Amino acid sequence: MSGAPEPGGAAGGADATEPADGIRVPAASAARSETVAAAVAQAARTRRYGSWYVAEHRFRVMRSYAQTVLFTAIGNPIVYLYAMGVGLATLVDGNLGADAVNGVSYLAFLAPALLASSAISVASEEFTYPIMLGFKWNPVFFGMNASSIQPRQIINGIVISVAARMLLTCAIYYAFMLLFGAVPGPLGFVAVFVALLTGLAFGAVLMGYTATLTNDTGQLAMVQRFVILPMTLFSGTFFPLDVLPGYLQWIGWISPLWHGTELSRVFAYGMAEPIWLSLVHVVYLVVLLAAGWIWARRLTLRRLNI
Amino acid sequence: MPAPVIATQNLVKSYAVTGSKAARGSTDFVAVDGISFEVAAGESFGLLGPNGAGKSTTMRMIGAVSTRTSGELSVLGLDPNRYGPEIRSQLGVVPQENNLDTELKVRENLLVYGRYFGLPRAQVARRADELLEFAQLEDKANAKVDDLSGGMKRRLTIARALINEPRMMLLDEPTTGLDPQARHILWDRLFRLKEQGTTLLVTTHYMDEAEQLCDRLVVVDKGRIMAEGSPADLIRRYSSREVLEVRFGSTQNAEVAERIAAFGERVEVLPDRILVYSDSGERELERMSAVGLHPITSLVRRSSLEDVFLRLTGRNLIE
Repeated sequence: MSGAPEPGGAAGGADATEPADGIRVPAASAARSETVAAAVAQAARTRRYGSWYVAEHRFRVMRSYAQTVLFTAIGNPIVYLYAMGVGLATLVDGNLGADAVNGVSYLAFLAPALLASSAISVASEEFTYPIMLGFKWNPVFFGMNASSIQPRQIINGIVISVAARMLLTCAIYYAFMLLFGAVPGPLGFVAVFVALLTGLAFGAVLMGYTATLTNDTGQLAMVQRFVILPMTLFSGTFFPLDVLPGYLQWIGWISPLWHGTELSRVFAYGMAEPIWLSLVHVVYLVVLLAAGWIWARRLTLRRLNI
Repeated sequence: MPAPVIATQNLVKSYAVTGSKAARGSTDFVAVDGISFEVAAGESFGLLGPNGAGKSTTMRMIGAVSTRTSGELSVLGLDPNRYGPEIRSQLGVVPQENNLDTELKVRENLLVYGRYFGLPRAQVARRADELLEFAQLEDKANAKVDDLSGGMKRRLTIARALINEPRMMLLDEPTTGLDPQARHILWDRLFRLKEQGTTLLVTTHYMDEAEQLCDRLVVVDKGRIMAEGSPADLIRRYSSREVLEVRFGSTQNAEVAERIAAFGERVEVLPDRILVYSDSGERELERMSAVGLHPITSLVRRSSLEDVFLRLTGRNLIE
């Protein structure tokens, strides 16, 4: 995904005497082939590891707001698990019985959904403004592109760095879920990786969309309000999708959060679900991730090659 | 002459015109319209022309970040279409607009950039400290980029471009927007690089910058090369030794111009002043007095690239 040489890549010892694609290559000399050999040697590492170098850059930037990263990663699970999973749960379980939703407590039902939502919220931060920034507000992508880095490696590096932050956030969330006694099943930890996949799948598409914006005239705020918020409410997060009227259930079916949440529940407390449906969840999320990723890479190539 | 490090032949870059209905069906916008030149290793080569002449576009194609529409281009013996990362590994690029990372500190900008060339961390750190000294920014290592002055940001951008010890520097309008003192500091740094044998490719619309920095240059206008040579050579070919600049006040300029049309080798009438090209400006001034013309102000100076450009295009470099 990162370092594959371009077609006819130079890694195999390109040489000035070897005419490339009809271009007139000036007569070979010892000095010249030395120049070419040096260029090939110096670019080889970047061709291979360029995506990681971009991720390294992003980690350094994240360090400047590390406090926010940690504060939200620790604060969110405490606030949400307590308010919803404990406070609201008392009401729900009190009225409907301790096994009213999916045959488990409301806290156990809710926690995997909150975990997946936390990945979505990281995605909604990291795949939006940093992209606008890199293309426009502080055009660091152009700076990267002037080095040996290639446009697709910029996108790869961002995905790598966000995945790392997301994994940290979800792992902390999961630790609090355990503390709150919200995970009955032994395979609950798998939900962390499901949440990661969910966040990245949604995030990749969001990144692609953001890369289409040449100007932020409020589109990103609209996404927050009219995409992310409704998605959080109608993805079987706080109540099962089937309690919604039929004409609203489609929101869940297209929502990566619903697919992620349902899959998480299978692992967290063994929610009964046909195996084919679980597979659909995985495939849907993987397809979104791949499509968004490729889309963003193409747009980046187009925007940087001007 | 050794093999050129840059060779272009009929280089063209055009953009599809999009966005407006009126533009539909119209032809492409041609930014670079068949440019050919060669640059030798160690040479300091300039692209001189007004804004919008196609200088930056040419620079981006040479910098292997913009795909040419047609023509031939070889940089360090390689085709940018196929060997982008290889070519860029040997370049130091100073873009027209700074794109330093303002979320990082000064020294960190150098550290992350060095890694983009696959250099080991220890080597990058050592080099970053040397370059901060070179750019006279040692005291600012831990400052925020936004707290730097314009000249300092520019020097940091040059330091960043040097992190990979490039064979060739691409400098796009390196001193535009800087005050005179900051420009001279920058020119001094670039001179040092030149002395060390780094090839410099500079675009500018300042003739003094071109005269300071370039061994040889091309005058570019509307995507085409108008002339090529060393600054002195171009002045000799397209201008006289001296120029007499006279002002008679905006109302009288045109009228006086007719009376002195035959003065010197050539007369150029600008909205605010008249330029008389001659071997001796003083002599032309005396001739004017002799026919009873007394300008409000007069100035005799040596010809510059500005005059060359005016001669070639009928326009000023800075409009």
